[in-house]
Amino acid sequence: MADTNLQTPILSVEHLSMKFGGLVAIGDLSFTAPRGEITALIGPNGAGKTTVFNCITGFYKPTEGMITMTRQSGEKFLLERLPDFQITAKAKVARTFQNIRLFSGMTVLENLLVAQHNALMRASGFTVLGLLGLKSYKDASRESIEKAVYWLEKANLIDRADDPAGDLSYGAQRRLEIARAMCTGPELLCLDEPAAGLNPKESLALNELLLGIRRDTGTSILLIEHDMAVVMEISDHVVVLEYGRKISDGTPASVRSDPKVIAAYLGVDDEEVTDALVEVGDDHILEEGDVAPPPALGPSETSSMFEGPIEDTVEEAGSETIVPASPAASKAAQVEAQTGATDPVKPKGPAQ
Amino acid sequence: MQYFIQQLINGLTLGSIYGLIAIGYTMVYGIIGMINFAHGDIFMIGAFVALIVFLILSAMFYSVPVVVALLIMMVVAMIMTSLYNWTIEKVAYRPLRGSFRLAPLITAIGMSIALSNFVQVTQGPRNKPIPPLISDVYNVFGISISLKQIVIAVVTIVLLTVFWYLVNKTSLGRAQRACEQDRKMAALLGVDVDRTISITFIMGASLAAVAGTLFLMYYGVVAFSDGFVPGVKAFTAAVLGGIGSIPGAVLGGLLIGLIESLWSAYFSIDYKDVAAFSILAIVLIFLPSGLLGRPEVEKV
Amino acid sequence: MTAISDTTTRQASSPYGEAARQALWAALLSFGLFFFFIGLESTQDISNRLILQSHWVTLAIVVALVALGRFLFIAFVIPAVDRRRANRAPIAVVDEKDQSFIRRHRFKIMIALLVLYPIFILSTAGLQGSLKWVNNFGVQVLIYVMLAWGLNIVVGLAGLLDLGYVAFYAVGAYAYALLGTEFGLSFWILLPAAGIMAAFWGIILGFPVLRLRGDYLAIVTLAFGEIIRLVLINWREVTNGSAGISGIPKITFFGLFDFNISSPDYILKVLPESIVTLFALRPSGAYYTIFLYYLILALAMLTAFVTIRLRRLPVGRAWEALREDEIACRSLGINTTNTKLTAFAIGAMFGGFAGAFFAARQGFINPESFVFLQSAIILAIVVLGGMGSLSGIAIAALVMIGGMEILREMQFLKIVFGQSFTPELYRMLLFGIAMVVVMVWKPRGFVGSREPTAYLKEARAVSSTFTKEGHG
Ligand SMILES: Nc1ncnc2c1ncn2[C@@H]1O[C@H](COP(=O)(O)OP(=O)(O)OP(=O)(O)O)[C@@H](O)[C@H]1O
Ligand SMILES: [Mg+2]
Repeated sequence: MADTNLQTPILSVEHLSMKFGGLVAIGDLSFTAPRGEITALIGPNGAGKTTVFNCITGFYKPTEGMITMTRQSGEKFLLERLPDFQITAKAKVARTFQNIRLFSGMTVLENLLVAQHNALMRASGFTVLGLLGLKSYKDASRESIEKAVYWLEKANLIDRADDPAGDLSYGAQRRLEIARAMCTGPELLCLDEPAAGLNPKESLALNELLLGIRRDTGTSILLIEHDMAVVMEISDHVVVLEYGRKISDGTPASVRSDPKVIAAYLGVDDEEVTDALVEVGDDHILEEGDVAPPPALGPSETSSMFEGPIEDTVEEAGSETIVPASPAASKAAQVEAQTGATDPVKPKGPAQ
Repeated sequence: MQYFIQQLINGLTLGSIYGLIAIGYTMVYGIIGMINFAHGDIFMIGAFVALIVFLILSAMFYSVPVVVALLIMMVVAMIMTSLYNWTIEKVAYRPLRGSFRLAPLITAIGMSIALSNFVQVTQGPRNKPIPPLISDVYNVFGISISLKQIVIAVVTIVLLTVFWYLVNKTSLGRAQRACEQDRKMAALLGVDVDRTISITFIMGASLAAVAGTLFLMYYGVVAFSDGFVPGVKAFTAAVLGGIGSIPGAVLGGLLIGLIESLWSAYFSIDYKDVAAFSILAIVLIFLPSGLLGRPEVEKV
Repeated sequence: MTAISDTTTRQASSPYGEAARQALWAALLSFGLFFFFIGLESTQDISNRLILQSHWVTLAIVVALVALGRFLFIAFVIPAVDRRRANRAPIAVVDEKDQSFIRRHRFKIMIALLVLYPIFILSTAGLQGSLKWVNNFGVQVLIYVMLAWGLNIVVGLAGLLDLGYVAFYAVGAYAYALLGTEFGLSFWILLPAAGIMAAFWGIILGFPVLRLRGDYLAIVTLAFGEIIRLVLINWREVTNGSAGISGIPKITFFGLFDFNISSPDYILKVLPESIVTLFALRPSGAYYTIFLYYLILALAMLTAFVTIRLRRLPVGRAWEALREDEIACRSLGINTTNTKLTAFAIGAMFGGFAGAFFAARQGFINPESFVFLQSAIILAIVVLGGMGSLSGIAIAALVMIGGMEILREMQFLKIVFGQSFTPELYRMLLFGIAMVVVMVWKPRGFVGSREPTAYLKEARAVSSTFTKEGHG
C-alpha cells in the first residue's frame, strides 16, 4: 500500500484548460508532481502559472480537465470538483500567493493560529465547548501555539511573533506566508513566486526553509519561480509553460538545456535562438552546469550558474559560433537540439 | 391592455425621476467608491428650492408662463443643490478621502440626517402643497397621458442626452473616467482630481435638483422627509442597474418605477416597496454586480 | 460648515489676515446655502395656502456666527492644536507608567461605575427624580451599547457591512410582544426565544446575500431591513400594523415578584415588612426602572463577555481574518460562508435580545421604532467607536446617545433663545452634525487600535494602520 503510494504522483494534472472569455490562459496542460519532491513550474510572464495554481486550489473552476490529488493515505480527491476551502481542509493542499495575502492587522502568531482553524474548531466543539472554557479546548489551544512556535522558529520569525503581520519586511512576510500555509498541515504545498522581491541573503534562507520543509515533513512542493538560481538549486523536476501550454518537462538540467525553453524565455525567432544558445552556453555554464547539484549542497556553489533570469543575457547575444546549451551535449547532440528546436519555436504568438 | 399601458406610462414617469437621482449615486460611487447617502436629501433640497422659487415667483408676479416658471425653478434648484453638494463634499468627504472606507459612509449618513432635520427645523415639519402647475390631460386611445408626464419624459430625455455628451465626448468626461480607473495615476498625468470630483458632485446634484423639481410638479407636494424614500429607491435602482454604470442607473430607475406601479396596479399598493426591494435582492443573488455592472473579477 | 484649509496657505500669510479672508468666504458660502432655507420660510396662511415668511435677521445672525466661528477656528483653534500636537509627543511617554494602573483595570473600573450609577443617582436625585436619569439616560444608552456591540460582531469583526441591523432588533421586539401578549409567556422564556428567532432570521437573510460583496451587501441588507419593517406595517392581522402592539407584559423578577402595583406579587408586598419600613419604601415606578437598568447592564455585559470569548476562539479569529483577507481565509481551509453566517447569526441574536428587552421596557411597540435611521445610528456608533473595540463603542454610544438625551434636558437654552425654543427639535440636526464632525476628527474612531487575541511574550495593540475594514 505504502509502496504503491510512493509510486503514484501526489498531484496529477490531466488535460487542464482554462479560458477567460476568448483568452486561453491554459490549454490542454498535463503534468504530474512526484510525491516528496519539489516540482517547479516556470514560464515567462503571463504563461498561466498562477492560473494553474488557482485551478489546483479551487479559486478558478477549470474549463476542462482533471486534477487528482492522492494523499499519503491513498485517498484520492478530484480537486476541480471540491470547493476551495475543502481543498485545503480535506485534500491537504496549501498555497501562498503571488501578491502576499497576510492578515496584516493580526499579529504574526494570530496568522498562524487562523491557519489551524479547522483543527481548533473541532477542539472547541464548534465554539460551544470553547465558549464554556472547557479544558479540552485549552489544551488544543496550547498545542496550536506550540505548532505555531515551531514554524515561527523554522521561518526565523520567532522574535516578531507579537508584531502585526503588516509590519514585517517583505522577505519576512513571504516566510510568514509559507509558515502559515504549513500550519494547515498540508501534504502538497503550492508556492507562487516565493523568492520574488527577496534579496540574495533572504533568498538563501528561503531555499533552506523549503528544503527543510521537504526533509522534515515530507511535504511535496509545487513551486512557481522566476529566479532560476532558486529553481535550479532546489527543484527535482521542472515543468515549463508558455502561453498556457507545456513546452518542456524534466529534470532541471534537461529543461535548462531545452532549446524550446530558451526560446520561450528569450522570445526570439529561429536565428536568434541559435544566437542565444551560444550565449547561454557560456563557459562557466559549460563547466558548472554539468549535473543538477544535489539540493543539500547549498546555494553558494551554484548560484552563479543562472545568475538572474535568462533574459539578462539576451542583449549580449551576437557571437557566431554555436555552442551547445547543454554542456554535456556533444556536437551531435547540439544538432539534435537544434532540429528539435525548429518546429516548436515557430509559434511565437499566443497559442491559438 | 389599456390599463396595463396606463400603468406602464405611470411607471416610466416615476422611473425617470428615480433614474435621474440614481445617476448621482452611481457617478459618485464610480469616481470615489462611496455611497453618498446624503444624495436623497440633496434631491429633497432641490424640491424645496423649487418650491420656494415658485412661491417667490407667484408672490412677485401676477402670472408667469408655466414654462418660464418651471425653467427658473429648475435652474435655481440646480444652482442651490450644486452649492450644497459641493460644500458637503468639501467638508464631509474630502478630508476622509483615501482613509477608511466606512468613514465617508458614516459622514454621508450624518449629512443626510443633518440635512433633513435642517429643513425640518427651518421650514417646518408639515407637507408643503402647491397648486397644480400643469393640469392638461390628453386621451389617446383610452389612455390618459398628462402633460406633466410628457414634460417629465422630455426633460429626462434632453438631460440624459446632454449628460451623455458631457461624459462621453468631453475632456471633463475623460478626466472623470480616468479618476474612476486610477485616481493616483490620473493625478500624475495632470488631471485635477479634486476639481473633477467636485464637478461630479455638482453634476449629480444638478440632476437630483431636476428630479426634485419634476417631483414637486408631478405630485404638487413636498416634505422634509421626502429625501429618504426616493433616495433609497434611486440607490436601489443604481445597484440594480450595476453601480458605477450610468446607463445602468437609468435602466434600474425605470425598472424600479415599473415594478412599483405594476405591482400596485395588479397586486397590492401596500407591498409595492417590498416588491421593489425583493426584486433587487433576487437580481443581485443571480447577477451579483447588477444588470449592466462590470462583473467583479476576483484576481487571486 | 466651511472648507478645510490646507497647511501651506495657513503659514503663508499672517494668521489673522488669512482667517479674515476665510471668514469672508465662509460668510458668503453660508449666505448662499442658507438664503432659501433660513432667510425664507414657507408657511401656511389662514386659508391654508403656502406663503413665504422672511427671517432676514436670523439669516444675518447665522451668517455672522459662521463667519465668526470660521475666523476663530483659523486664527486660534488650529494654531493651538498645532502647538499641542508639537508638545504632546514627549509627555505621552512620561505618562505611560502612571496610567498603567487605570489602564490595566479600566474595564473593572468601568463596570464598577456602571453598577454604582443608579445608586449614585438615587442618592442625589431621590426616588422620583432618579427615574428620568436611570431610564432615559442609563437604560437608553445601554440599549444602544448592546446593539452596537452586537452589530460590532458583524461589521467590526467580520467586516460585513450590514445596514439593516434594526431588522433583528424588530424581530426580537415583536417576538416578545406577540408571544408575550398572545400566550402570556414569561420574559425569561421569551428572551432566549427572541434571540434564537433573530439568529434564525439572520441566517435566512444571510444565506442568499453573503455571496455579495461590499456595497452590494450593504444595499441588500438595507433592503431586507426595510422589507421587514414594511411587512410589520402591512401585515395587520398579526402585527396590528402601524398602530403597534400595546400592553406588552412587564418583566418579573424571575417570577419571584413583579412591579405592578395592583398585582399580589408587587415588590413591596413581597419584600419583608421590616425592610420596607426600614428604608421607608414607597410604591414607585423607580424600582422597575432600576431593575431594568441592571437587567440591560447584565445583557450588555453578556454581549461583551461572549464577544471577548469568541474573539479568542477559532470562529472569532476567522471573523477577523475574513475582514482582513477573505481569499487568504479560503486558502487556509476556512469555510467562509459558514463563518459569515455565524457572524450574522450571533450578531442578530444579540439584536434580538435587545429587541425583547426594548419591547418589555416600552410596553408598547410599533414599526416606527425600527426605521433605517436606527440602523444608521447603531452603525455610526460602531464606526465612531473604532471598529472592533468594545470600549470605544461604549464611549461612542455614551457620547452620541447620551449627548442626545442630555440635549432634551437643556431647558436653560430657552432662556437664551426665547420660550419658543424647543431643544428637542435640534437634537437630530446636532446628532447628524456631530456624526460628521467626530468622523472627520477621528476617522478611525475613538479607539483605533486592536487588541491581539493571543500572544507569546506580550500583547501589543495593533495600530489601525494595519487593520483592514473588510470588503464584504
Ligand atoms: N481572472 C482572470 N480573468 C481574465 N484573465 C485572466 C484572469 N486570471 C489570469 N488571466 C490571464 O491569464 C493569463 C495568465 O495569467 P497568469 O497570472 O496565470 O500568468 P503567470 O504565468 O502567473 O504570470 P506571472 O509570471 O506574471 O505571474 C494572463 O494573460 C492573464 O491576464
Ligand atoms: Mg503569476
